[in-house]
Amino acid sequence: MGAPIEFEIRRRTLVASSAAVAIGAATGQRSGAQSRAALTPSGAEDSTITLTVNGVEQELTIDNRTTLLDLLRENLKLTGTKKGCDHGQCGACTCTVNGQRVNSCLSLAVMHDGDEIQSIEGVGTPDDLDPMQAAFVANDGFQCGYCTPGQIMSARSVLDEIRAGIPSHVTDDLNAQIEVTDDEIRERMSGNICRCGAYSNILAAITKVAEEQA
Amino acid sequence: MRPFSYERAGDAAQAAARAAEVEGAKFIAGGTNLLDLMKLEIETPVHLIDVNGLGLDEISATDDGGLRIGALVSNTDLAAHETVRRDYGVLSRALVAGASGQLRNKATTAGNLLQRTRCPYFYDTAQPCNKREPGSGCGALSEGAFSRQLGVIGTSDSCIATHPSDMAVAMRALDVTVETITPVGMTRQIPLADFHKLPGDTPEQENALMPGEIITAVTLPAPVGGTHAYHKVRDRSSYAFALVSVALIRQPDGTGRVALGGVAPKPWRSDEADAELPNGARAVMARLLDGARPTEENAFKITLAERTLAAMLAEE
Repeated sequence: MGAPIEFEIRRRTLVASSAAVAIGAATGQRSGAQSRAALTPSGAEDSTITLTVNGVEQELTIDNRTTLLDLLRENLKLTGTKKGCDHGQCGACTCTVNGQRVNSCLSLAVMHDGDEIQSIEGVGTPDDLDPMQAAFVANDGFQCGYCTPGQIMSARSVLDEIRAGIPSHVTDDLNAQIEVTDDEIRERMSGNICRCGAYSNILAAITKVAEEQA
Repeated sequence: MRPFSYERAGDAAQAAARAAEVEGAKFIAGGTNLLDLMKLEIETPVHLIDVNGLGLDEISATDDGGLRIGALVSNTDLAAHETVRRDYGVLSRALVAGASGQLRNKATTAGNLLQRTRCPYFYDTAQPCNKREPGSGCGALSEGAFSRQLGVIGTSDSCIATHPSDMAVAMRALDVTVETITPVGMTRQIPLADFHKLPGDTPEQENALMPGEIITAVTLPAPVGGTHAYHKVRDRSSYAFALVSVALIRQPDGTGRVALGGVAPKPWRSDEADAELPNGARAVMARLLDGARPTEENAFKITLAERTLAAMLAEE
């Protein structure tokens, strides 16, 4: 068993190298090693922000580390927006900020002072579904439903983005009007993962709304 | 995530001065890469300087017929810009080949250039990594390591990580310049070719920025014409990093420019390889990948790069 010995060596080199690097740069290309030295925040670790969520203005004092996702779920108890991977890989946390879809898990709430946020709770109601919500129901665009709020928020933005002329990886001609095709929708929805694999029904739902809006 | 204090900057020179002055400070713009790394405690800034209020989100024409892209222009806005789509197609193509729609809405031009490698050994804090913890070793070069995604050229015995950007590969083909401002208020113009550093013995030093120096814009020279293409080969057809990517600008006479992504610590291009373009993909790659040192797991990238370019040349 050589593992403990290797670990000892690694620890020693780590300590030595941390000390050496701590003399180096202040920002930009700094490595994690340097900042692991005993630095502490130079100012307040929380902030007060005002933002609009689903049309309602909210003033909150939050730990600077709070993501927009955690602000929605933990501070405002709007639990429709889901935490999947918390690293921008699954899309379950998709919301819009000033009309654009983003991964709310990869955005600090403190950076959204003055912004307009829309989460799934701001899209339709059980009695008056948004067309995209109705289309997901009509087309069985889900099984377990965990990714669905993110899928719906993303799908609505996808149709907006096509209308706005934003090209995608599968757009044939960068300078022509973009057509709503299966390939376009699939490519543009690739940031939203569905582990149940309801993709073909999600595609059908989005296509239906696109046709209704055409 | 470690605690940090936070401030909003209103002026680029001031932001640079603050970053140099506050120990452990970092700039944050889109945050899509930095926040990911902060959650994993790979990045542990104790102070964040939010640069979104610097007004660097414009795209404007330059006097010599090019475009000046503000550092904060989002990947979505840059890809969709009318002039970029028309005259710099390779850039639009590369941008939309990267990440997801949600991420491109947040990711900025400067942030894209500064994003960190996705090497699994850099990301796993239980593994040695000379980039993350200088002197700790390179997990990717240990016996039986997973190196399929990693670099084949420009690498060193300290680090075989790749630069993950697609945008930067197209920008390398377009010969862009990176504009910066230093903490003492001096502006600099750095050709992209000189911006990213090779790892050598110091893989933690990834670019030419000085402490506190901030990117303000990226400048595209006047359009060079030709047909533009960006071909990205990856393990799934969307939302994955490149195994190999090729940016190609080809003139009617068969001359042109070739830049490679997914193979090196920076976008990979050479004048000598460009000069071989009329002689075909094999001739280009023989020059461009001369001196490559692949691992057993990623040697396929050499063949893949040549075949990808060959396919692109055959398409035209």
